[in-house]
Amino acid sequence: MEKQKKSLASNPIVRAIGVQRLVILIVLVVLYLFFYWRSVPFRRYTTLVQICNFMYYILLMAIGVTFPLITGGNDLSMGTGLICYSVIGSYLIRMYNMPVWAALICTIAMGVLMGTINGVIIAKIEIPPFIMTLSTMMFCRGMGAVLTNNFSGTWPDGSQAGAWFRSIFRIVTPNKTIIPLGMLWMILLVIIMTFILNHTRVGRYIIAIGSNKEALKLSGVNVFKWHVFAYMICGFFTGLAAIAYAGTFSNITPGTGAGFELDAIGSAIIGGTAMTGGSGSVVGTFLGCLLISLLKTGLPFIGLQANWQQIITGGILLAAVTIDMMRNRKRP
Amino acid sequence: MPEVILTMKGIDKSFPGVHALDHVDFEVRKGEVHALMGENGAGKSTLMKVLTGIYTKDSGTITYEGREVTFANPREAQQAGIVIVHQELNMMGHLTVAQNIFIGREPKKGIRIDDNAMNVEATKLFKQLGIEIDPKTTMSELTVAKQQMCEIAKAISHDAKVIIFDEPTAALTDTEIEQLFVIIRDLRAKGYGIVYISHRMDEIKKITDRVSVMRDGQYIGTLITEDCTKEDIINMMVGRVIYEDPKTQSQCPPDAPVVLKVEHLNAGKMVQDVSFELKKGEILGFAGLVGAGRTETCRALFGADPKQGGDIYIEGKKVEIHSPKDAVEHGLSYLSEDRKRYGIVLKKSITENSTLATLKEYTKGLFIDRPKEEKVTQRYVDELRTKTPGIDQLVMNLSGGNQQKVVIAKWLVNDAKIMIFDEPTRGIDVGAKQEIYELMGRLVKEGKSIIMISSEMTEILRMSDRILVMCEGKKTGELDIAEATQENIMNLATRDIDMREGDK
Ligand SMILES: Nc1ncnc2c1ncn2[C@@H]1O[C@H](COP(=O)(O)OP(=O)(O)OP(=O)(O)O)[C@@H](O)[C@H]1O
Ligand SMILES: [Mg+2]
Repeated sequence: MEKQKKSLASNPIVRAIGVQRLVILIVLVVLYLFFYWRSVPFRRYTTLVQICNFMYYILLMAIGVTFPLITGGNDLSMGTGLICYSVIGSYLIRMYNMPVWAALICTIAMGVLMGTINGVIIAKIEIPPFIMTLSTMMFCRGMGAVLTNNFSGTWPDGSQAGAWFRSIFRIVTPNKTIIPLGMLWMILLVIIMTFILNHTRVGRYIIAIGSNKEALKLSGVNVFKWHVFAYMICGFFTGLAAIAYAGTFSNITPGTGAGFELDAIGSAIIGGTAMTGGSGSVVGTFLGCLLISLLKTGLPFIGLQANWQQIITGGILLAAVTIDMMRNRKRP
Repeated sequence: MPEVILTMKGIDKSFPGVHALDHVDFEVRKGEVHALMGENGAGKSTLMKVLTGIYTKDSGTITYEGREVTFANPREAQQAGIVIVHQELNMMGHLTVAQNIFIGREPKKGIRIDDNAMNVEATKLFKQLGIEIDPKTTMSELTVAKQQMCEIAKAISHDAKVIIFDEPTAALTDTEIEQLFVIIRDLRAKGYGIVYISHRMDEIKKITDRVSVMRDGQYIGTLITEDCTKEDIINMMVGRVIYEDPKTQSQCPPDAPVVLKVEHLNAGKMVQDVSFELKKGEILGFAGLVGAGRTETCRALFGADPKQGGDIYIEGKKVEIHSPKDAVEHGLSYLSEDRKRYGIVLKKSITENSTLATLKEYTKGLFIDRPKEEKVTQRYVDELRTKTPGIDQLVMNLSGGNQQKVVIAKWLVNDAKIMIFDEPTRGIDVGAKQEIYELMGRLVKEGKSIIMISSEMTEILRMSDRILVMCEGKKTGELDIAEATQENIMNLATRDIDMREGDK
């Protein structure tokens, strides 16, 4: 029994993908087939489009938060931050006639700025990331509403000027089919961030911080810089998520968004990123997010409503972490 | 006389409550191995950390290659050519060996880190040093000894002029130590200045050219190794003379009752069919090379690792031990070799650590009985001569050797019948070593029994009444102290390896 497990784990293909990721992939396929079998409406093409729509902003946050998680940190400010940035972005367009492209840049810049603030304080003053980002989470929740005077955000839509930005994520063909173009960008980003995590200095040092920050410092590396960088990446992706959110939903209410970040963090953890830091995978995060999104979209089709989604997602999260812990304990 | 490359003059450094360095002078010449000695907490590591920019000095000057320097961080020291192998392992367990060695100076191809080139470089480095480690292994999968060799390799791979070894051999076996000495001699011949910190006298005599001694944060003096005896050095260190003679005869009466009997213990590859007995009032030494399965045997016995089979009898009665809790209830205690991982909570005080395993006895109703706790802590701090400004000091802030003493205190506080000491004196200075030996002697006189795992031959020969030798997970022999010699222990300790080499 022990031997079999070993040989499975040492199979080169399994090794390259990673055991946990392989498990999620299998669960994903099984789950998809299950929904497909139980529900006829689920089989429609629009279901896939719907999964994509609801997935973009969660996935972007999830990719971003993978980096602070790998350093052993966290970022709770993503959810309310996302709403805050996109409300302000739309405010700039509506009230100051800012061109959409500039508003997009501002939205991302706000994300990066918040990430930098989180990072600098966490890395310099060593406030626990949980507490630091909890306070910026609250800050963002209030700030969006205060700055815009409780402005309910709407980005250009339909035939309005500047609605072009929505076609970043979906293209509607003349015969009204929707092509989820966003998925292409997502896959591209996953590839780029995987490369950055595994093959560049940024990624290497972010992993090293999570593994043993003191040792990295003693090796003569400027730990502060790279530690902040992890949070900047996260902020940048939260900015992108704000755009994805604005591109998907027509109405953005300031002060909401709390809890979005939990889906994102959950995705990363299901995907095998360790809360204790030192290891993680962007591809895993992607798969974890697919799983959560599939559940969200799929469960209503078989008659299970929102509360059940939460219960089942919680169960899966627990199972994923348990598997991961058990596997790690086996090692000497 | 070779030229002086580094001079430290009047270095002063205080921590809250501790005057760690009190106007210390120190110098290193090109092509010499300069030993830095002193008791635990004397300030050796602190001096080296001041030199390499980890701590900032309060006053004093450092002159390096003729210029006065102050390094603000380890990187500046490295760039100037001063590198250090720290007393504590400093590795990133999630990264590979090669990634650890080249951290901070990765070879690049565009923006991409060139991992292939790094692996090739690391392989070359290991080959040159005569070490056999695959650079692609994940660091955490190596044994402590191998990890230490990686740290040494990392230091050497820098283009350095001064290399500091802070107790490099604490986790190494004799063969690896020999290897290290070959490396150090080679570096010396190339004109490097080498600082060597160790508590092992025989190493000092073997490898160093000069010895500087520190006591209580002060510089005492420097001797030429060739012209002085062990006793001279110890005298300077502790201000008294200590003798280390091997035991010649078992101190345990032959008719003493057997308190612990282990039969056919099996636990994975490292523990295969191990059986032995332990008598009341006996010290049973476990000898063997690092990785022989001694620690694993004791961990399985103690219930810390799962076992596949084997019976344990305590005072004649068969007992089931499935967890360390069971073991403690049956009167066993286990002093771990890896103090950071198993033995100690670095961010807690000495008091909290000392009573951690036995807190139940220090509670009154719902509350912790602080006075009682403090009293017992103070007692062991005094008895083991732990150097600290007070029992509320965080363990993190103690010197390496003093941390070890806190672990020992933790298990002494727990009043066990059978005590397992795994490398009890690793990294502990001669004076304190003596205290621990005397303490062990007292414990067995009180009727306790001790299993002592040690990789230091002198320690095995000095303390054990009987010696059990292991090799690659198997027991290869048992010797009475009267018949034991370095040679026959070594033979038993390498027996299986020789046989296996024959197979290939
Ligand atoms: N960061 C720190 N904060 C407070 N006190 C410290 C700190 N580092 C060291 N000390 C104290 O300074 C003294 C010297 O410690 P140091 O580590 O230099 O001893 P050492 O000679 O290396 O001993 P050992 O042989 O045990 O390693 C000790 O009393 C120690 O408790
Ligand atoms: Mg030290």
